[in-house]
Amino acid sequence: MATVLVYIDNPGDSLHKTDRELLTLARILGTPAAAFIGELSPAVAEELGTFGVSSVYQPSTPGLDELLVAGKAAFLSAAASATQAAAILLGNTFEAKEIAARTGIRLASGVITDAVAVSEDFQVTKSVFAGSYTVQATVTSGTPIVTVKANSVEVQPAPEGCVPETHTVDVDVPAAAARITSRIEKAASGRPTLDEAQVVVAGGRGVDGNFGPIEDLADVLGGAVGASRAATDAGWIEHAAQVGQTGKTVSPRLYISAGISGAIQQKSGMQTAKVIVAVNKDADAPVFEIADFGIVGDLSTVLPQATEEIRKRKG
Amino acid sequence: MDETKSALKIAVLVKHVPDTQFDRHLQGSDHSTDRSESILSELDEYALEAALQVIEAHGGEAAGHRVTAITMGPAAAVNAVKKALQIGAHDGVHLTDDALAGSDASGTSRALAAVVRHLGDVDIVLTGMASTDGETSLVPAQLAELLELPQVTFASSLEIGDDDGAWRLSARRESDNYAETVECSLPAVVSVTDQINEPRYPNFKAIMAAKKKSVCTLSLADIGLDASQVGLEGSWTRVEDAQPRPPRTQGTIITDEGDAGLRLVDFLAEQKLL
Ligand SMILES: Cc1cc2nc3c(=O)[nH]c(=O)nc-3n(C[C@H](O)[C@H](O)[C@H](O)COP(=O)(O)OP(=O)(O)OC[C@H]3O[C@@H](n4cnc5c(N)ncnc54)[C@H](O)[C@@H]3O)c2cc1C
Repeated sequence: MATVLVYIDNPGDSLHKTDRELLTLARILGTPAAAFIGELSPAVAEELGTFGVSSVYQPSTPGLDELLVAGKAAFLSAAASATQAAAILLGNTFEAKEIAARTGIRLASGVITDAVAVSEDFQVTKSVFAGSYTVQATVTSGTPIVTVKANSVEVQPAPEGCVPETHTVDVDVPAAAARITSRIEKAASGRPTLDEAQVVVAGGRGVDGNFGPIEDLADVLGGAVGASRAATDAGWIEHAAQVGQTGKTVSPRLYISAGISGAIQQKSGMQTAKVIVAVNKDADAPVFEIADFGIVGDLSTVLPQATEEIRKRKG
Repeated sequence: MDETKSALKIAVLVKHVPDTQFDRHLQGSDHSTDRSESILSELDEYALEAALQVIEAHGGEAAGHRVTAITMGPAAAVNAVKKALQIGAHDGVHLTDDALAGSDASGTSRALAAVVRHLGDVDIVLTGMASTDGETSLVPAQLAELLELPQVTFASSLEIGDDDGAWRLSARRESDNYAETVECSLPAVVSVTDQINEPRYPNFKAIMAAKKKSVCTLSLADIGLDASQVGLEGSWTRVEDAQPRPPRTQGTIITDEGDAGLRLVDFLAEQKLL
């Protein structure tokens, strides 16, 4: 079976959920191999084995992390050539899409982003225009390079695991690259990330500076916290929480929108959620047009009541 | 301005895209974008504003700096350039050729890279963080690869400074997990997010002044590209099929009478979401 190369970027001590999803998909489509950046810990190597990865490729040169995208793309294309990969899968973060973009130029290969499904002949399903169309797309030149959205694949380890062998790939580090000169890590919240979460509770200008009720409800539901641009612009919550056209696109099972009017730029990031709940004081707020369940009311009383009730029912 | 440094030439890429305020459509057997109700992509306004601020910080037009707005697309796409001229770009370029229709990201990048090469001596290629139609964010990175320039993408702030007589660029970027600073020398390809600034509006005077600014029209032959490298033929991906998604319909709307939180939990339980 043909090799399907999965790009894995600095997973740390264990694979991310999206890595596991990509490895599962790679095994459905062919023989999974990993193009791996970062420290390969014994635990991660073992985990890769459980997904049937028998070959892990690492760059010959350290320090690719200090270059913006260019170095990682040079590595991924070298790994693809070394493995004669039939397809390359990456996650759907902004950086992964850009690594895919440059690898595409290097390999003269088409790139399809935002995939929600990939069939055995590498036909890709994705949605465009903020979820208003579902399209089927194919790569017509080179090795299909596909970036896959989180939650598109159900994680499944291989029936039989293996012990991966590591290989080194020579990388010609591009001279023309921007250098990352400082990096400040943000504290981890303990909540699922927005992309991966099955439940998102989002707050907007209506929270009036207090995300407490949003966070409490997110926590009883095991969900992530999102926000409108008005809330991030006001500095009530970090920009990374923004959902929408210029923030994250999410499609969780449940999206609870509270104190958000539902401007087109906000809707475009959340309207593919399975179920949408809206809480807003204004009965005419546009968000109600797309809500499966809408409450005209004050979020500062409605959300805590719901949170309390869920706690009670969960015992 | 420092005598040893050359005047800055900034190329801002501006795309003519369907207005996101209206329903957008795919059309024809190739499922290409219907561009009838199109405008300058609002995300490109941040790039244009960033370009104008960069040169204003270093003496502006008087110091010889120039901002050129570039677009590619059918006849109507020139409107994106015209809007950019009203906002403050100094001149414009419109690459137009029937063969360009249906270009995917790779075809678009090849064409735009050829325009930038044709202009020559461009110090910064500035773009928005994504087009609001394709939404892929592939083009800036592909341009950097094709032009063999450093890429500084998703900048949320931008500074051009002096480095021993040469221009040097420093930018901040933010992701889920970190905030970082990146640096490179020029020339470079830069994309900016909507966090970077508040785009200005053209005033009456600027609109009148824009009428005197020049827009240069280029064809594929002018930039030395073959039709087979762009458009549907030169694209490396193809849309095989497209189905409009049924629009979401309104569900149950209730007004809080003191128990809405409880009714919300009932709803979640019914939907098996607890
Ligand atoms: C280029 C561009 C990109 C953008 N990208 C994004 C994006 O990615 N994401 C995004 O969200 N926006 C984006 N926007 C902004 C968008 O247009 C809206 O301005 C923004 O979404 C409004 O946020 P909001 O709904 O929280 O605020 P508002 O529109 O002010 O709405 C607040 C709502 O809260 C309700 N409310 C007030 N108090 C309460 C209360 N106590 N209980 C219940 N309800 C209450 C009000 O009735 C109102 O409906 C973008 C805009 C531009 C121009």
